[in-house]
Amino acid sequence: MKKALAIVLAILIFIVFALAFVKIPFGEKMSTYPHYYNPITNQTSNMSLPQHYLTYGKNDTGATNMVTAIVVDYRGFDTLGEVTVLFLASTGVGSLMYVENKVKKKVRRSNAVVETGSKLLFGFIILFGAYIFIHGHLTPGGGFPGGAVIASAFLLLYLAYPKFHAKHEKLSVSESIAGLTFVIVGLIGLIIAGYFLYNFLPFGLPTYLFSAGVIPLIYVAIGVKVGSELTAIVDSMMGVRE
Amino acid sequence: MIQYYYLGSIALIAIGMYIVIAKRNLIKIILGLDIMDTGVNLLFISIGYVKNATAPIENVPGPYVDPIPQALVLTAIVIGVSVMALALSIAIGIYKKTGTLELDEILGVKK
Amino acid sequence: MDLFTIVSIILIIITVITAIIAAEMKDLLSAAIALGIMSLIVSILFYMLQAPDVAITEAAIGAALSMAVVIFAIRSTERWEK
Repeated sequence: MKKALAIVLAILIFIVFALAFVKIPFGEKMSTYPHYYNPITNQTSNMSLPQHYLTYGKNDTGATNMVTAIVVDYRGFDTLGEVTVLFLASTGVGSLMYVENKVKKKVRRSNAVVETGSKLLFGFIILFGAYIFIHGHLTPGGGFPGGAVIASAFLLLYLAYPKFHAKHEKLSVSESIAGLTFVIVGLIGLIIAGYFLYNFLPFGLPTYLFSAGVIPLIYVAIGVKVGSELTAIVDSMMGVRE
Repeated sequence: MIQYYYLGSIALIAIGMYIVIAKRNLIKIILGLDIMDTGVNLLFISIGYVKNATAPIENVPGPYVDPIPQALVLTAIVIGVSVMALALSIAIGIYKKTGTLELDEILGVKK
Repeated sequence: MDLFTIVSIILIIITVITAIIAAEMKDLLSAAIALGIMSLIVSILFYMLQAPDVAITEAAIGAALSMAVVIFAIRSTERWEK
């Protein structure tokens, strides 16, 4: 009875959402989007917001990857908030899963192939993650995927070695340094130009590694922060074995 | 005409909603929330798609797809997994206190 | 019907089927693995929709980290849904 009711409700939700999305076109050109209204100059622009970002983004920020330009530069303050949510979630998991005297039970060792293979792969996965977040302003990727890749490298070690244990103190040190870098870079911009996260370094030539001002710096900080926080989450969830 | 991408992501949202309403297992409910999360992300990205366009990385010419939904979803995925871990650790705490994951037994409801 | 449409429709149908499997499995471990498969296929869909950044993130997080976190939680609680 309850199940049938839930199915009916789900179908109803499906129909309502589908009717709501009939009018929204798929794959339409961006010139058909509505133009944005600028409250500072008090007039409507002659292009839509994504068109504005795609047209002026390269000159405004120096980055080639427009997603990075939006995440770190145009909406950098928003990203600081997201990273704070991540930090709070990681802290919450750590405090909820805290056990004082971890019961060390005898755990079976995994076989030699898994141990050797994961030891060999670990360095390469870390290198790949670092590559992803260092080149975040040039190629697809950035701090969030790079941090996730680094955390998955640590996950591999957790799965291969049952006794492996990442030191929480070191993780929190790297996390704090990364968070402080983000805030301090933002505050330097506030001191120099009067607004938070001002891009005060020279832009350089586009498509070069040292370009786009502070964007690589902030994205490396985000990568380290996301990587250490996700590793801390994996470690806390792992630590409840009894 | 309605697009198949919209239909698929709305179906994911509806399935997640069905799990949250009908199931009584805490971990199952959290899995349902994750399915809803994935559906919403897919909906966002498919709204930003432009036909015959490339990814918004400006070392090739040509029309690009809308970069704003991608920027929003990029952070939403990472936030999603950390919030799911928080919810799962709360569920583990409830299991340690009550010895069960079924919502009816936790609340003391008779079937 | 070009290739993009056909491949998209097939992948979307697989996604919805894996979501339904995750909903109906009594075994939570199987449900978690179905969820991982769903995330992997959704990351292929993101790649087809020209969002490589999101595809990398979804593949790393949805298929590896999220599934691992759920499996750790199942290991410290119980495996079967009543």
